[in-house]
Amino acid sequence: MTPAGARSGDGPLLDVRDLSVRFTRRGEPDTVAVDGISFDIEPGEVVGLVGESGCGKSVTSLAIMGLLPGRGPKVGGEVRFGGDDLLALSDSALRERRGRDLGMVFQDPLSSLNPVVPVGVQITEALTRHRGMDKKAARTEAITLLERVGIPDPARRVTSYPHQMSGGMRQRALIAIALACRPRLLIADEPTTALDVTIQAQILELLRELVAETGTALMMITHDLGVVAGLCDRVNVLYAGRIVERAERHRLFATPRHPYTHGLIGSIPRLDSDPELELPAIPGSVNDNLPWDTACAFAPRCPREIGRCTEVTPGVETAASRLLRCHNPVPATSA
Amino acid sequence: MLRFVVRRLVQVVPTLLILSVLLFAWLRSLPGGPAGALLGDKATPEGIAALNRTLGLDQPIPIQYLRYLGRALSGDFGASLISGDPVLAEIGRALPATIELSVTALLIAVLAGIPLGYLAARYRGRPWDNVTILGTLVGVAVPVFFLGYVLKQIFAVELNLFPPSGRLAVDLDATRVTGFAILDGLLTREFDASADAIAHLVLPAIALATIPLAVIVRITRASVLDVLDSDFVRTANAKGLAPGTVRGRHVLRNALLPVSTTIGLQTGLLLAGAVLTEKVFNWGGLGTLIAEGIERRDYPRLQAIVLLGALIYVIVNLLVDLSYALIDPRVRLR
Repeated sequence: MTPAGARSGDGPLLDVRDLSVRFTRRGEPDTVAVDGISFDIEPGEVVGLVGESGCGKSVTSLAIMGLLPGRGPKVGGEVRFGGDDLLALSDSALRERRGRDLGMVFQDPLSSLNPVVPVGVQITEALTRHRGMDKKAARTEAITLLERVGIPDPARRVTSYPHQMSGGMRQRALIAIALACRPRLLIADEPTTALDVTIQAQILELLRELVAETGTALMMITHDLGVVAGLCDRVNVLYAGRIVERAERHRLFATPRHPYTHGLIGSIPRLDSDPELELPAIPGSVNDNLPWDTACAFAPRCPREIGRCTEVTPGVETAASRLLRCHNPVPATSA
Repeated sequence: MLRFVVRRLVQVVPTLLILSVLLFAWLRSLPGGPAGALLGDKATPEGIAALNRTLGLDQPIPIQYLRYLGRALSGDFGASLISGDPVLAEIGRALPATIELSVTALLIAVLAGIPLGYLAARYRGRPWDNVTILGTLVGVAVPVFFLGYVLKQIFAVELNLFPPSGRLAVDLDATRVTGFAILDGLLTREFDASADAIAHLVLPAIALATIPLAVIVRITRASVLDVLDSDFVRTANAKGLAPGTVRGRHVLRNALLPVSTTIGLQTGLLLAGAVLTEKVFNWGGLGTLIAEGIERRDYPRLQAIVLLGALIYVIVNLLVDLSYALIDPRVRLR
């Protein structure tokens, strides 16, 4: 787990402390998208952030990058990266680090690329900005990058526009952009959601290779535990803006303790499961959530709910690199 | 691309034909006629009938149209009933004045409208944005001729900063070369004539520019707001690009696509606005010819000018479509 490219220095590469994001709107109660979450990422480590739509995982990534819409959300807590609190940096200081130290791959590759600018320019602009290359060197490097992310005929593709590429190729180009300046941390926000299943597997394989090859740490945001299973060293499970369980990947899949994690893993289709049986699903939706302030948000959907769950906020228990927030966890032996 | 241009130009033919039929019918459905207008107070039913026979206006309208069409196709658009000159010669004299005015107004509208719209979007919801929106509402709502009179009253009459009307000072002996007053001054090195022409141009150009300016500001603002929210701008920011690069390459280039369409559509309104503006400032361009022609039912003059206006409109919009293909690689001209 200590990759070659990791830079020296004590402590984690990224240390998120008590991060909260609340959206305020006049005349309405605040919406708390991220409710005081803490996690860290070691250099070269692959960490998953898993949860269903609306649990706050994308907002977390945008808050770390400083890319939340300008007005509206209030961000609290600390995001320590390479000795600085990213949340406290000025806009220009943050722009220096974005793209150079932190890269990001987004969900929808078509809308995430500028339709009227050739793909090559969308790569070289990062190179000339952060790596001080001249146009010619940047173009050569862009071709190398496109080749490395597996785009055929890269010398021709640098002049292509996004609409001239396939979905998988666009996502590869987006990855090339994010990795152009060899960032120490790559954040991938549902990078395979908009793609065909076969292409999904290719993109995940590419990310795995690139991370191993460059020593870049990866923060993988997904709703798909299948993605996590093949890729991540550690996994954070988010529910309603809080981390409810964190564990090293093998342990999480072997012994999920939180009923939500347990339900998620149970709902993954398996090759050896009986095709006649209905796939188990977690009942209800995020709309049924209780407020974290006075209860466990997951309680209304939880099969293991006990009286305390709707009356007392569950505390955080940490033991042996695991984290758990539950009044009545699944016994460690049952899975 | 060449095929696209040729096809679009060929499409102009039926457009102009249909327009000419409508125009012909419409002009002749107006109460009164050229004979009455020409004869004025001395008009007697017999005099009008005689003049109508001379002008060929006693024939059935379809016959009149076919005769007109036949002559027009050979380049003869007839003579003005007012001046007696061929209408094409009249138009040739007046066109440079109108082009000078319209192009200046359009330049003002574009060069001021895009930055103002961009700034309004950037400072959305702040005082600057609100002031801009209010300003564009007023700009669209105030009639051109009213604004023209107000501008004239304040800046020409009260403050005496600009001349109140005309294209050149009466006592100025400027040589006419192309008919474009500013250009002529430069060509003949009569720079005082150019300066004088510019001074005359300021107020009417501003009056004519207000409506297209207001429209361009609003379209730019809406378009920039739309693009600012898009995923690729977020990607550009995620790369840590300098704010100027994000604005120029990523926001503006995409935001200007709808604006360029608007500019094409505005040229039609500009020609209409020019009639009113020229009237207020006694400009002596096509607008003056039209106003006079409508008052006195000068059919040949009106027919030629309206068809010319339509032709200009079609060509400007063709240019806009071509420019669209230049800025947006997704647009294929077929």
